[in-house]
Amino acid sequence: MTLLAAERLARCFGGVAALRDVSFAVAAGEVVALIGPNGAGKSTCFNLLSGQLRPSAGRIRLDGRDITGLDPASICRRGVGRSFQITATFASMTVRENVQLALLAHHRQIWRFWRPAAAVFRAEAEALLAELGMAAEADRAAAVLAYGDLKRLELAVALAGAPRLLLMDEPTAGMAPGERGALMALIRRLAGERGLGVLFTEHDMDAVFATADRILVLARGVLIAAGRPADIRADAEVQRVYLGVEA
Amino acid sequence: MHGFFFLQLLTGLATAAQLFLLAAGLTVIFGVTRVVNFAHGSLYMLGAYLGYSLITRAPPTPVGFALGALATAAIVAALGAALEIGLLRRLYRAPDLFQLLATFAVALMAEDLTQRVWGAEDLALPRPGFLAAAVRIGAARFPLYDLVLIGLGPAVYLALLALFRTTRWGVLVRAATADRDMLACLGVDQRWLFTGVFALGAGLAGLGGALGLPDATATLQMGFSSVTDAFVVVVVGGLGSLSGAALASLLIGLLQAFGIALVPRSTLVLVFVVMAVALVLRPHGLLGRVPDETGRAAMPDLIRPATPALRALALAALLAALALPFVAGPFLLSVATEALIALLFAASLHLMMGPGGMASFGHAAWFGLGAYGAALAALALRAPLPLALVMGMLLAGAVAALFGLVVVRLAGVYLAMLTLAFAQIVWAGAMQFGEISGGDNGLLGVWPPRWLGGPVGFYFLALALCVGGALVLRRALQAPFGYALRGARDAPQRAAAIGLDITRLRWAAFTLAGAAAGLAGALFAFAKGSVFPTYLGLGRSVDALLMVLLGGIGTMSGPFVGAVVYTGLYDALLLATDAWRLVLGAAIVAMVLLFPQGIAGAAARRVRA
Repeated sequence: MTLLAAERLARCFGGVAALRDVSFAVAAGEVVALIGPNGAGKSTCFNLLSGQLRPSAGRIRLDGRDITGLDPASICRRGVGRSFQITATFASMTVRENVQLALLAHHRQIWRFWRPAAAVFRAEAEALLAELGMAAEADRAAAVLAYGDLKRLELAVALAGAPRLLLMDEPTAGMAPGERGALMALIRRLAGERGLGVLFTEHDMDAVFATADRILVLARGVLIAAGRPADIRADAEVQRVYLGVEA
Repeated sequence: MHGFFFLQLLTGLATAAQLFLLAAGLTVIFGVTRVVNFAHGSLYMLGAYLGYSLITRAPPTPVGFALGALATAAIVAALGAALEIGLLRRLYRAPDLFQLLATFAVALMAEDLTQRVWGAEDLALPRPGFLAAAVRIGAARFPLYDLVLIGLGPAVYLALLALFRTTRWGVLVRAATADRDMLACLGVDQRWLFTGVFALGAGLAGLGGALGLPDATATLQMGFSSVTDAFVVVVVGGLGSLSGAALASLLIGLLQAFGIALVPRSTLVLVFVVMAVALVLRPHGLLGRVPDETGRAAMPDLIRPATPALRALALAALLAALALPFVAGPFLLSVATEALIALLFAASLHLMMGPGGMASFGHAAWFGLGAYGAALAALALRAPLPLALVMGMLLAGAVAALFGLVVVRLAGVYLAMLTLAFAQIVWAGAMQFGEISGGDNGLLGVWPPRWLGGPVGFYFLALALCVGGALVLRRALQAPFGYALRGARDAPQRAAAIGLDITRLRWAAFTLAGAAAGLAGALFAFAKGSVFPTYLGLGRSVDALLMVLLGGIGTMSGPFVGAVVYTGLYDALLLATDAWRLVLGAAIVAMVLLFPQGIAGAAARRVRA
């Protein structure tokens, strides 16, 4: 069942076309990697999908409903969670409070002025942190976390919104190889258990080929290939443009 | 009609030239050093006073006048360099509010020292023949000197452009404006570049002050009044943009000239409308660029729940406050009442500025609106005290809600400046519309009713409402709303991505802060028995800023500590010395250098370490 459908997406910055005529789909429970050399348009594509940018042309549908041009908060409320390439967490809060705030936002509990927030969704936040192996970090300041832990916290915050589609911009950048494998395995498991659709970008090709059900390849703003890992590995065009091998 | 039009055009151009001379230095300094120099108006004032001393000693000829003005510029430039080396150099990596605070302290000290050197009297330059001369335009006469100014403004603009475009130094300055970190990586020693730029900006302010003398007198108030004008020009033009400042000066100068002629009372409102429209359409000014904020914002402090020791301390303080009327005399009681009101005022600004991330330089607007609202309700509508307090609070809250719709989308210095401009407008309105506000004489006879039981009764009322109000705000900050507000400040992109409506959150905080400040103002009106335009003035806005920063912006107990310490310090200084501005300024400078996290912030770090 198609969860996300991008139809002929395009985005220009001034006269430069960062993305041209890109179409693809992500099904529920499917893990899809979006790869391409630097400057291929991966982050632009992500920012279009999550509402940080408006497309110059094209449509984005979630469950068949048009979400093109909505602002990030509205897209989030329709079930799209995302993590950022440059991690963004709430630095004045602890790890647990970061997740609690995401839970409060998801459950529409923000406009409450009296009840102390510290006690609300505390157990839920801790359960989520435990699932990501961060139970021991709950009381630490988010600002002092190591990079790998920050990435995990980002994922916890994104998952707190109970998304149906998860967009992850380089989820394992800066992590040690062992951590990478564990995180990608976790994402695979969540996709299977929750029927979560996942679209992620990644520079680590081992992680991409080991994790993804399907791979989309962008180069200079154009989608040049899409298919299962084995097909992508064998694709001559991909090898030429992306892997730098002269065919 | 043509004659009128032409005359107003010339008047407007002369005003524009003066505005440009005033603002050019501020924008150049900001562009390179990113310091919002509150002392710029003081440098302008010094230019006027020094210019007076030098020009009156020079021969009364055009050459003597010109040499006097140039010598003034040189001296003020040297003072600017000294200021940069002695103070600002230590603050470049500090949050921008601290630079503002430090330069504000310098402005306070400059006003005091100027009074000591030149006296409190306004100084008017004698007008020898060449300054009093006029040319005939149709039936009217136009001052020759203003024609010279109209030429000087563009001449200085072109000279600065040439300096920045053609000299090696100018190229380095432009490079530093674009990306100072990159320039540092290329091996350019920025320290002397910054000093040079500061001297240039200060020299321009000094020149402007001296050249303004023939049209205006040198007064002690011009430091603070001119810095507001300069900020408006620079913000409308775009911070750091020289051409933007030129364009904005022209726009505002012409609007003032035609505005005064057509609708005499409209000028200030017009300027505000120009500023609001410009910032709503172009949030970074006419020719400003989106600032690169990476690495600029200070890392917010982790907020922890109060420790048992802090709770015990707070309880002890509350008990002491309850016992105070039984031991204190009338003077101490009135100081304590003021401190309580200051506490709520500071807590309201802290909500906006700390967790809300919106610095305001015009928070007195809400305080003053609350005071006027309550006083008018009590005097004109004969409302009883509780109703008058509520009406003051509602007036401030409602106006803040309306104004907040316009400004909460802005950020940083732009937001701070727009709030400052709004407060200045309300202040000017209170001065001008005397039939409602009593003008300069204020509104008198706003006393609490007899049943309250005199000063002691009023003290308890203030204690209940102010401490209660501040605790309600504190509670809201610990509730989901406060977490969401802080989240929107800490990481706006992330906040939006988890579904938070940042604009609405900030608007709610702005409105809440306005209403709470309004309640503080309403209480103040009854505490003093009167309301004056100074309640809306820049001085009161700065009081609030100082209390919040003194207490520590990154903590929850900061405003409590800051308000009490500041009120105590201020009243003690007023009693002890007539040099209170000098001492207060020096104290602020010392605090900024020693406790950049404020008192409560420094204490919290010590406890945690």
